[in-house]
Amino acid sequence: MADNRADTRVSMRTPLARVKGLGASGHGVEHWWIHRMTAVSNVPLIVAFVIIVAALAGSDYPQALAIISHPLTAIILILAVISVANHMRLGMQIIIEDYVHDKGLKIAALIANNFYAVIIAVACLYAILKVSLARILV
Amino acid sequence: MAQFTLPKNSKYTEGKAWPKPSASGNVQEFRIYRWNPDDGANPRIDTYYVDRDDCGPMVLDALIWIKNNVDSTLTFRRSCREGICGSCAMNIMGKNTLACTLGMDDCDGDTIKIYPLPHMPVLKDLVPDLTSFFAQHAAIEPWLQTETAEPETEWRQTPEERSKLDGLYECILCACCTTSCPSYWWNGDRFLGPAALLQAYRWLIDSRDESTGERLDNLHDPFRLYRCHTIMNCANTCPKGLNPAKAIAEIKKMMVARAV
Repeated sequence: MADNRADTRVSMRTPLARVKGLGASGHGVEHWWIHRMTAVSNVPLIVAFVIIVAALAGSDYPQALAIISHPLTAIILILAVISVANHMRLGMQIIIEDYVHDKGLKIAALIANNFYAVIIAVACLYAILKVSLARILV
Repeated sequence: MAQFTLPKNSKYTEGKAWPKPSASGNVQEFRIYRWNPDDGANPRIDTYYVDRDDCGPMVLDALIWIKNNVDSTLTFRRSCREGICGSCAMNIMGKNTLACTLGMDDCDGDTIKIYPLPHMPVLKDLVPDLTSFFAQHAAIEPWLQTETAEPETEWRQTPEERSKLDGLYECILCACCTTSCPSYWWNGDRFLGPAALLQAYRWLIDSRDESTGERLDNLHDPFRLYRCHTIMNCANTCPKGLNPAKAIAEIKKMMVARAV
């Protein structure tokens, strides 16, 4: 815990002023709600993802292409990537806010977290689209 | 980063072993945290022996017995000695509780170990600095707020509306829950903590209050409210058997209810 004892050598602000700080930021409910929603959507999507990966096991490229280019498979994979990447980003942000207290390091970690989630998600989506649309786009 | 080890000047050392009471077979050993702000030394753990035949049954009785008979410099807060004032909250056998409502016989182990409430600045021995804790309580504005002209008699509520305050109004602000919460340990300067949030919910759910929306606005913050990750230490440790975690979950539900 940041030491918020009344040290009059450092600050003479009242305890109430220190506790109120910069005020309530007026957000947080969206973060909480979307984190819960993606937790729910992750359940069926991860189950479907595991089934799809199991079906791909041992198949060569044309067989894999046949499975992933089915619209239902491709859409499920795309939804899974969006849901999981969002959930990961929101959860990691909570961990950073909990444990990283150095201001500069915190901002850097939050930026890196957002970049990482977006890059991972876009790379996955690109791979899925490339394979699933391979026969059309040649 | 969050601090996982004690700072150098907080590491405690072996303290003094005080003499055993003479002519008694019924002796209880205590290991108690001592720190004096004036001597510049690190905290130490003193060993005391209490004559059970000469002492009441509760841990607080033993502390008072030590102060009267062994070491008058042992410093702790106490007042009502019946679990209603919340003064004697401390960490006994690894759990935050009230020394006055915990019997010595209910402590497992041969030695009873007593420390101040965790992760708060210590003023002396078992007395933590609760200034910030009480400021956080004040920050949630714990009083009835209305705009309607005051009625000639009392503000009325149905028995059902009144029953919603049960399990909330009993809180005595002893700080056992707040100082047991890891989220409060890491972010106690911005997270309001379970006690203040339970009190906030007590006013949010009060049918007579007309500031519900403003109260929610005041809590709508990733740190003030959403540092609670339902760890449940608060509900585990509450010496009054209340459930601050549930009250916080209800606040989160209210936040969603007005947003979707």
